[in-house]
Amino acid sequence: MSGTHGTQTTAGPVLGDTPPEATSATGEAGDNAAGIEAVGRVARTVMPETGVIADPTQLRTYECDGLAHYRVTPALVVLPETTEQLAAVVKACADHGVPFVARGSGTGLSGGALPRADGVLVVTSRMRTIREIRRADQRAVVEPGVINLDVTRAATGEGYYYAPDPSSQQICSIGGNLAENSGGAHCLKYGFTSNHVLGTELVTPQGDLVQLGGLAPDSPGYDLLGTVVGSEGTLGIATTATVRLVRLPEEVRTLLVGFHSTDDAGAATSAIIGSGVLPAAIEMMDALAIEAAEAAVHCNYPDGAGAVLVIELDGAAAEVEHEYALVERFCQENGAFELRLAIDATERALIWRGRKSAFAAVGRISPDYIVQDGVIPRTALPEVLRAIAELSESSGVRVANVFHAGDGNLHPLVLFDGEKEGATEAAEQVSGAILDLCITHGGAITGEHGVGVDKAAYMPKMFTDDDLDTMQLVRCAFDPGNISNPGKVFPTPRLCGEVPGKRKKAHPLVEAGLADAF
Amino acid sequence: MAESTRARSDEPQSDPRKADALSAGPVPVGTPTVRPAFDDEHPPSAELISDCVHCGFCLPTCPTYTLWGEEMDSPRGRIDLMKAGLQGAPMTDTMVQHFDACLGCMACVTACPSGVQYDKLIEATRVQVERHHTRSPGDRAMRAAIFALFPYKKRLRALRGPLRAYQASGLPGVVRKSGLLERLAPKLAAMEGLAPVLEKREKLPERVPATGTRRAVVGLLTGCVQGEFFPGVNAATARVLAAEGCDVIIPRRQGCCGALSVHNGRQEEAESFARATIDAFEAAGVDTVVVNAAGCGSSMKEYADVLADDPDYAERAKAFSGKVRDVSEFLADLGSVAVRHPLEVTVAYHDACHLGHAQGIRSQPRSLLKEVPGLQLKEIPEADICCGSAGIWNVLNPEPARELGDRKARNIASTGAQLLVTANPGCLMQVSSSLERQGTRIGLAHTIEVLDASIRGLPVSTLGPQH
Repeated sequence: MSGTHGTQTTAGPVLGDTPPEATSATGEAGDNAAGIEAVGRVARTVMPETGVIADPTQLRTYECDGLAHYRVTPALVVLPETTEQLAAVVKACADHGVPFVARGSGTGLSGGALPRADGVLVVTSRMRTIREIRRADQRAVVEPGVINLDVTRAATGEGYYYAPDPSSQQICSIGGNLAENSGGAHCLKYGFTSNHVLGTELVTPQGDLVQLGGLAPDSPGYDLLGTVVGSEGTLGIATTATVRLVRLPEEVRTLLVGFHSTDDAGAATSAIIGSGVLPAAIEMMDALAIEAAEAAVHCNYPDGAGAVLVIELDGAAAEVEHEYALVERFCQENGAFELRLAIDATERALIWRGRKSAFAAVGRISPDYIVQDGVIPRTALPEVLRAIAELSESSGVRVANVFHAGDGNLHPLVLFDGEKEGATEAAEQVSGAILDLCITHGGAITGEHGVGVDKAAYMPKMFTDDDLDTMQLVRCAFDPGNISNPGKVFPTPRLCGEVPGKRKKAHPLVEAGLADAF
Repeated sequence: MAESTRARSDEPQSDPRKADALSAGPVPVGTPTVRPAFDDEHPPSAELISDCVHCGFCLPTCPTYTLWGEEMDSPRGRIDLMKAGLQGAPMTDTMVQHFDACLGCMACVTACPSGVQYDKLIEATRVQVERHHTRSPGDRAMRAAIFALFPYKKRLRALRGPLRAYQASGLPGVVRKSGLLERLAPKLAAMEGLAPVLEKREKLPERVPATGTRRAVVGLLTGCVQGEFFPGVNAATARVLAAEGCDVIIPRRQGCCGALSVHNGRQEEAESFARATIDAFEAAGVDTVVVNAAGCGSSMKEYADVLADDPDYAERAKAFSGKVRDVSEFLADLGSVAVRHPLEVTVAYHDACHLGHAQGIRSQPRSLLKEVPGLQLKEIPEADICCGSAGIWNVLNPEPARELGDRKARNIASTGAQLLVTANPGCLMQVSSSLERQGTRIGLAHTIEVLDASIRGLPVSTLGPQH
């Protein structure tokens, strides 16, 4: 597997892609067949026959999530409908030392739900009941397979909505959002999933059911909920989530602003945020990304724009009115040549449609592409964008930029044609170099898509061995058997009993008597 | 476990990945015992398959994914299965089961940001399934019966008498209440439940002259199910077209357009229906062929693909497809001249999948309806999701079709509309049986019947049977 970096969403090569070699991240088919058999037996006793998939034809459809570059056929797929069924399967995995991977809708972009060839894929798509909408408490209690947008749909009638809105919100699941600490366009003002999950019922890697957090904010003791949110399925599987509902704003204004260059659009963004105005979202798309979105959804963005900003203001009407005047001024002062205000819900939807479909839409202008995800301090935006443009020019690899400008979360889309000799490698090189740019500018290798299998190899660029070992200690505390999504997040997956190889002396925490080495 | 199953099946080609790895390496000795799923004659296109980036945006609009929540019954899962087939995997019963389960509603085509042409993929796959898969005797018999009946007007007409007598006898209530038929033959029960209450047939002349100044000369497809089960729709179509200044030519020779055959992979049958339809309308010498059934219009616009390999017809089919218009599409383009009289009624408009998803016709019927003074238009929640009719799918898959129908009926009821309007006979039959089961009292009508009533100044009460 050549692509160890860059979130590659590749359309091809369709025919002739060879099976990935078995690695510590993917496991080897046929390993622990007896264990798999035993888990299958348990699964068949606790859930209907249709919930257990072992037919090779059917298994194959589960070989990847939204990152189709990595493909591994799982040994067994289970589709539990209840917490008890799910816990029983996990318990069986623990009893037989079988690795398991959780999957929601399979839309993740870092291969976090890439199956194990020697393991069980636990799919939550049949656990999709919204258990409760507690309007007065501003809470909803939902099962992990519930679709993000369905929470909003269920709460809208009550005057509320669920704020985190990844581009895939129409299909991504709350369980997956919780695992990845998903973001979205409106995270600028409202925060990530971690700011909106107040409690979860978790099946631990041993198969125990525990409740972390709850309806009330801030449970005493260690913030285990905070540890679990964003742990990418390595600490167990959430079977319910208690999420915050946010009051629908009195007024929403969505603007589409055309600029001649990304520099101008970036400067406008900095001016807006620097003034203290906090829009619900500021999204930027450059000319290539606009071209793709136009081809896909005919969103009718301004002609000839080198960049557009999608700016959304929400809140009390008077506040929005005031902020709108400021935003309009900052845009004009920074070279905006067209400013369009959506006059109704249909126009607003069309503006957002262009932005939200941009990733997949790039398929219209390029046979293959890599969706990169990096984050930088917002002020570094113009510099990093210029550096990306230079990279693109010197390598001849086209890069389209779509990103959450307000919080510096970049999503460069690296375009290539996998059929052309050397194109894939060149694209991967550019994609990797973009991550390096993020790190050197004080940013990080992922803003919201997660590390998964895709960026595990990049973790040592951001963290020292000691940092990574400390993270391992947390992981081992939850999952001493190393069966919960093993091979993800960390570059050199160690069993909890293994002594890390590179370290010359005892871990400082162990030495200080603060921690045990497992 | 799966691995051990696979190991036991011992043919190298049973695993698509291995098959591929092998093709690049040493040539295996001996002939493979497993035949790949597809032959070389128009298998699903690898190029079209490669457009899918596996983003999953198709999942929430796929009726079977919403029902079962499993990947292999989703568009991207089915595309994975096609890919497996292309790579040499055999056409197993399991694989066919997932292709068969697809309703062909094309909601995924609308939802796909990458422009995957799933419609072409599934149709090519279905032709291969029909060619290479042996169905169970029961399934074969059922399909044979359906395809021996529905596409033939005369046979449908022969059924009208007994059906009307049955409906008049009060037996339907007894049969449905007893649940006996459902237990004995669920697919027959599905057909029984779907049959609409029959109206009197109105005989149409071969030519209906334009009222006032002639603005166009159009041909009208009368269809099979539409013509026999909903004859009022054809009569209304002819009247509205004439009122809008069209000479309407209704060729006697026309038969079934072949939509059901096209959508079910029955290639030869589809080709012969397509050729006959082209012949009939070419002889009539019309510039435009107007269709009032969404499924028919959609497949007639595909004739160019259906007959692409026929040297005598390929060009003619292309020209013909270019002339086909849905009636709402045609009327919206033409612009109205006939005076609309008020109809004080709230209408829920249901997008037939083969009109909205397959032909992209959504705004035209709505704008035509909005031209009627007094008419209030309501949108149905989850409008993208199929009602479960899908040609003959509801007959072959009665249980899931009923779930989908009930879901649609609940959504329709939630609008509080007095009249449900749609443009496909299949949807009307499916939705009306679900609404009836649910006890929702709402009138049903085709878009064109509403326009007809408005132009003729008829009262709302004439629209559709009230439940």
